[in-house]
Amino acid sequence: MASILTTVGIIYVLVSETLIAIPPNEAFFQLVSPKQFFTDTRWTPQFSDRHFGILPLVCGTFLVAGIAALIGLPIGLAGSIYLSEYAAPRTRKVVKPILEILAGIPTVVFGYFALVFVTPYALRPIATGLFGLDVQVFNAASAGIVVGIMIIPIVSSLSEDALRAVPQALREAAYALGSSKYHVSTRVVVPAALSGILASFLLAISRAVGETMAVAIAAGQTPALTLNPLRSVETMTAYIVNVSFSDKPHQSLDFKALFAVAMTLFAITLVMNILSHLVMRRYRESYQ
Amino acid sequence: MLNGLSTIIRDRADAQAVLPSDLKANMKPKLEARNLSFFYGATQALFDVTLSIPERSVTALIGPSGCGKSTFLRTLNRMNDIIEGTRVSGHVLLEGTDIYEPGIDVVALRKRVGMVFQKSTPFPKSVFENVAYGPRVSGHRGSKALAELIEASLRRAGLWDEVKDRLGDSALELSGGQQQRLCIARALATNPDVLLMDEPASALDPASTARVEDLIFELKQNYTIVIVTHNMQQAARVSDRTAFFNHGHLIEVDATPKIFTRPGQKQTEDYVTGRFG
Amino acid sequence: MSAAAPAPGIGLVRTQPSARPGLVGQTFAGVCAISAWLGLGVLIVLLVGVLWQGAGWLSWSFMTHYDSRHPEQAGVLAGLWGSLWLVFLATIFAVPIGMGAGIFLEEYEKKGWLRTLIEINLSNLAGVPSIVYGILGMAVFVKMFGAFQGRPKVLEIGFASAHLEIPLPFGRTLLSGGLTLGLLILPMVIVVTREALRAVPASLRQASYALGATHWQTIRHQLLPAAIPGIITGVILSVSRAIGETAPLLVVGAAVYLANAPGGIESPVDVIKHPGGALEAPFDTFTALPVLIFNWISRPEKEYRHVAAAAILVLLGLLQVFNIAASVIRARMQHKARW
Repeated sequence: MASILTTVGIIYVLVSETLIAIPPNEAFFQLVSPKQFFTDTRWTPQFSDRHFGILPLVCGTFLVAGIAALIGLPIGLAGSIYLSEYAAPRTRKVVKPILEILAGIPTVVFGYFALVFVTPYALRPIATGLFGLDVQVFNAASAGIVVGIMIIPIVSSLSEDALRAVPQALREAAYALGSSKYHVSTRVVVPAALSGILASFLLAISRAVGETMAVAIAAGQTPALTLNPLRSVETMTAYIVNVSFSDKPHQSLDFKALFAVAMTLFAITLVMNILSHLVMRRYRESYQ
Repeated sequence: MLNGLSTIIRDRADAQAVLPSDLKANMKPKLEARNLSFFYGATQALFDVTLSIPERSVTALIGPSGCGKSTFLRTLNRMNDIIEGTRVSGHVLLEGTDIYEPGIDVVALRKRVGMVFQKSTPFPKSVFENVAYGPRVSGHRGSKALAELIEASLRRAGLWDEVKDRLGDSALELSGGQQQRLCIARALATNPDVLLMDEPASALDPASTARVEDLIFELKQNYTIVIVTHNMQQAARVSDRTAFFNHGHLIEVDATPKIFTRPGQKQTEDYVTGRFG
Repeated sequence: MSAAAPAPGIGLVRTQPSARPGLVGQTFAGVCAISAWLGLGVLIVLLVGVLWQGAGWLSWSFMTHYDSRHPEQAGVLAGLWGSLWLVFLATIFAVPIGMGAGIFLEEYEKKGWLRTLIEINLSNLAGVPSIVYGILGMAVFVKMFGAFQGRPKVLEIGFASAHLEIPLPFGRTLLSGGLTLGLLILPMVIVVTREALRAVPASLRQASYALGATHWQTIRHQLLPAAIPGIITGVILSVSRAIGETAPLLVVGAAVYLANAPGGIESPVDVIKHPGGALEAPFDTFTALPVLIFNWISRPEKEYRHVAAAAILVLLGLLQVFNIAASVIRARMQHKARW
């Protein structure tokens, strides 16, 4: 089955380059110890003093994904509550296509938007103008903001499905007890739909983690173990892209490092996707 | 059929101390509908209904499917407001105040006029939280007073002994009959004067049904109860007054024994003798 | 405090003449509404921004020239053709396989552990970041697991007057890119096929069986034709997603500066003039519209920002064409197939 082949292919490729040696190929982890890979805090494959600690890349990825989650999850959820509980059918017919269009915009466009508009016209005026903070041209915040916007449609549409699946009888019972729409929505409907909402969150974060182009454009190419969103960082995905440009020989360590990073990325997103499905299944079972 | 119902009425009469003969002298109306008409969009569902509900009594609404009895019940606490495109003309008075006047706080209305539905709908929360919901959204704060209120409501619903050790368990784990009594307790926790019940026992087994009916009997000492039922024996068993609806019209309303033994209208007689509906 | 017991004579609690929900409730509703409409706001800002930056640079010559070291002369021709070729290759790869898999999954034996494995697999694949697909494509198509390391071969196939020279490994060619994108949209095509088949009313199926048709005949003559509009719409939508993909192409080796279109075909007319070019094209180096955009954004000269913006407009325009095509086909075919 083609789909199985694909997965097998992915796993095989990643594993063969990183874990298991197939002579005459040497695997990455034979040349660089896993301990160093996961705990070293410097990622400098190109320097003469080579370090292969993936932490800066992971940190960059999660800094961007974290900002994206901070923006995308609440807005997506609030939007879905509006669509499910408050909006008239006519309004839904207008807003939903808009969100679908938003979801269809290629990520390079968002990267462009982050670099050309968000940093100079939004971040700099606020951070530097108001707070006197230094904002680099490439920074994690602008990437995080646009990735957050990108994941709004995911959260919105899946959470809305979850909310609408809550039986109307539950809402009626709550109204009959003399509660306002606000209470019904927040204290009855949202808690009842929680697993579906959580599943959508996980899926959205997974998407943010795997996002490549917007961060490659806007976040930068300097790996840094930092929590400062106004600095440039490099994410795992951006690293892979940047390395692909250079035509490194197949056997070189730099090249193999690429696979190691890719495998880490694959593992992280796989875990999140599986979690999301488990949570989703629990949500389907919660109504008798 | 009439004979069977008469037997029920007679048995009840023995059990009850006083069967009021003249309604107007002994009880004052708690709820009153005056010339109430109701429309779902262009379709008219209720035609000019005028009906008094006396306080601290049980009034049963009976009639064939689709006759408008549930619709009427829902006008009493303005639950129909939730449905789009509905329209009301006429008045519904709660202790003299028209609840359809502009400016009425619907949320406060529903705290005074509670409702229990046909299919029990416990929230997917714990037993405690289910009953606590009403008081909480009213702004109730003190946890000790709240716990006492919960216990009192559960006792009044006859459920306390069965759940007092399981207050933290999910309400969905209770049996069907227990869930329905939980919903009753939940409605009682907002301290209403009136309790509207839409076929509260139709989804329950006979044993649970009997318990709910006993409950209604006790509750009417303190609450005004309006109950919709398609089960005429049930109406005969629990209610003091019965109103018969047909095709959106109120055909007849009178003391329960009279409706079931010597109804005034032919339609009523046809219905209670089972000739239709 | 608990709900007040009714004081005699007062009746109902009556609020101010215009009864309003509490301040919290209103603020909440407002926040939710703003959140929902935020998408529109973002779209408008985005569009205005891109138009402002790029509209001035958009012209016919922009679409018919190649990239250049001088921003004013840069054009998207290579990228435009590259994207179209990629989409074409991806479609002819993914659609037959995807439809076959979709039909199989939906119509045939549904039990067993293999089945469950496939289902789990499918839903995971949909969530894999596109760049990982790029890595897979790179290893499988571009390098072929290093099988031809240092000793590339050329497979020659000739039929009629055509002469095909297929390099092994595929290397950084259009074919590798197209196949990688095909893999990317494969899960989507499978899902779309299944849902389209599920949407066919059971009555159609039963009527066919009642007339004595076999399972396969039913599929071929009744279900597929009924599902085709849905499948086509879904395929077009997955393709429009593929057009915007950049990361996998970069990993597979899309060139960022390219001064020729694949196979030397620079306009639709060329296909007729040099049909040989069409056969060479898949084995040519390639680039794509989003790759060009990425590159132009990365260049230091400020003018390239405008070039990038103009290219974005072309890309968005292309996407719109696809979306409209999908809607039109869906509307047309729904009109025909009324059951």
